[in-house]
Amino acid sequence: MELLFFYLVALIAVISGFLVVKCQSPVNSAISLVMTFFCLAVFYVMLHAPFMAAIQILVYAGAIMVLILFVIMLLNLGAEANKRYAHSVAGGALAGVVVLLMVFYFLRQGEATGMKGPISTELIAQIGHTELIGRTMLTDFLLPFEIASILLLVAIVGAIVLAKKEV
Amino acid sequence: MENLAQIAMQDVNFGAIMPSLVLVCFGMALLLVTVFSPRGKTTHVAYLSILALVVTGIVSLATWTPAGSLVGNWQEGFGGSVRLDNFATFFNIVFLIAAGLTILMSDDYLKREEYPIGEYYPLILFTTAGAMWMASGTDLMTIFLGLEVLSISLYVLAGFFRRQERSNEAGLKYFLLGAFSTGFLLYGIALIYGVTGTTKVALIGEILANNPSLLTNTMTLAGMGLMSIGFLFKIAAAPFHMWTPDVYQGAPTPITAFMSAGPKAAAFAAFLRVFVIGLAGLQDQWTSLLWILAVLTMIVGNVVAIYQTNLKRMLAYSSIAHAGYALVGMVAANAIGLSGILFYMLAYTFMNLGAFAILVLAGKKGEDNLTLDGFAGFGFKRPFLGVAMSIFLLSLMGIPPTAGFTAKFYIFAGAVEAGYIWLAIIGVLNSAVSLYYYLRVMVYMYFRDPAEDYGWVKMHAGAVLSIVVAIIGVFYLGIIPGAVMEFAKLAIF
Repeated sequence: MELLFFYLVALIAVISGFLVVKCQSPVNSAISLVMTFFCLAVFYVMLHAPFMAAIQILVYAGAIMVLILFVIMLLNLGAEANKRYAHSVAGGALAGVVVLLMVFYFLRQGEATGMKGPISTELIAQIGHTELIGRTMLTDFLLPFEIASILLLVAIVGAIVLAKKEV
Repeated sequence: MENLAQIAMQDVNFGAIMPSLVLVCFGMALLLVTVFSPRGKTTHVAYLSILALVVTGIVSLATWTPAGSLVGNWQEGFGGSVRLDNFATFFNIVFLIAAGLTILMSDDYLKREEYPIGEYYPLILFTTAGAMWMASGTDLMTIFLGLEVLSISLYVLAGFFRRQERSNEAGLKYFLLGAFSTGFLLYGIALIYGVTGTTKVALIGEILANNPSLLTNTMTLAGMGLMSIGFLFKIAAAPFHMWTPDVYQGAPTPITAFMSAGPKAAAFAAFLRVFVIGLAGLQDQWTSLLWILAVLTMIVGNVVAIYQTNLKRMLAYSSIAHAGYALVGMVAANAIGLSGILFYMLAYTFMNLGAFAILVLAGKKGEDNLTLDGFAGFGFKRPFLGVAMSIFLLSLMGIPPTAGFTAKFYIFAGAVEAGYIWLAIIGVLNSAVSLYYYLRVMVYMYFRDPAEDYGWVKMHAGAVLSIVVAIIGVFYLGIIPGAVMEFAKLAIF
């Protein structure tokens, strides 16, 4: 039952992912992208990662998509944006098919299971998913966490330098 | 709630991030300074950022351990996320020199191009800090976020001349392709994490060594491939070099100079640490991959450079070729090859930034004159700049007694010692090809009559100082390389 559900959601994810590339209007592409994000959130729930699912919907399907839609509407992109790149579609499709075949081949050939990390299902059940993320973020990954704040600062300063009328 | 009390705080140890910490604090302070400065005044910000680099340099040098990078001779902190060993310190010094020379040549350049915006300098400092995290990061997350800090600042700096179409193009192109390649790197990190259950580089190496079955695992190999794409993009190796010419040509010249030295060295540092330590078990696989890519990179860089008439573009292709030479050292992966890469990065920083400093001085507003024809007769009209340019070009060619010669010598000696004779031969042949396009610039400078009078080149103290420093560096590393090479040998793992 769970497997069937997975395949169903996976199918929707792949189809909406294809529509992101295929749609003529950028707004339609963006809406398809929202659909893909929702499917990913479902996967997170199935992997017992409810926090990731919530963040996926809040941040990606919510905040980031709103920004993308805003930009699309501000730029007023029409269908002509697509036409310019028509010639490269064939090359892209070819490369995509080759990569797909390679992935199939290698997944059939070798095994793809790895080691288990220190965090087990029992630990998650005992302590809680969200709490574990918070812990690792502020212990093991404290430095990356702090670097991320510098990253955001740089991004803000950069956006202002590039976009403000008078700096 | 009782669980929360059990959280074991990791050893924080600020000593392990001291250089980058100092730099970031200076960067943030300088952002405030620019806010309270009158519009269009940036010189004091440049001086302060030089001060920041000097202080950071002193802090970095203080952590050098003369005993070498043996076990335990390092400052480790944040639960093994970062390790300040000699390897990191050597690269930190390279980044600081690159940033310092860049800032020296920038101030008057920004005024000439009419973009006196103070945020330029803090962004360079943040880029340098990002590079430091890449060199000292021992956790893939630290390396990744360091790369992101470095990249995002560079995207902004490449597109800094926001009313210039070429600069816009450079910024946007670099951003789109850079974000794409970062995706590859992150995907690779995720797969390696999936296989080993950790993001700590040393631990990955241990787990792979203890479980040989993981080495043939599809996910490990795919992770290795994807991560190498991410790093190879940053060092501009073929076939991931497509962005380089346009970005190098469009970006402000000092930023081009910086990009070709600092971030490239940072990518090499992270590449070396992750592959030589973390993926040591897969060495056969990645050496055969890098062998091909090193040859391809050298050939693409050198052959395409022949057809360039714009000097910034020519130096972009030359920088691709030089990435190829450095990759030879990584294929060899022995003591002399690896320390050769470190030496090469330092030598390349001096010679390339010197060459770009001359382009900064010789260019006119908009920089349409930085072509071969624009340099006709330059050598006699501007004797000092002509001689300096010749020195840097000779060094880029690899002619003794300059830094370029010793650097290439160590790299190729490493390749021969490791048994890659053909690779060394291909490398030397490529250097011979490069003579053509470097010498052609000198031919134009000394044997062609200037088409028109290109007026008076204003000599700026900052740019001249950076040229002088670069000349001293080129000759020091060329004539007495022993001391620095000893440092490089103490710096490898």
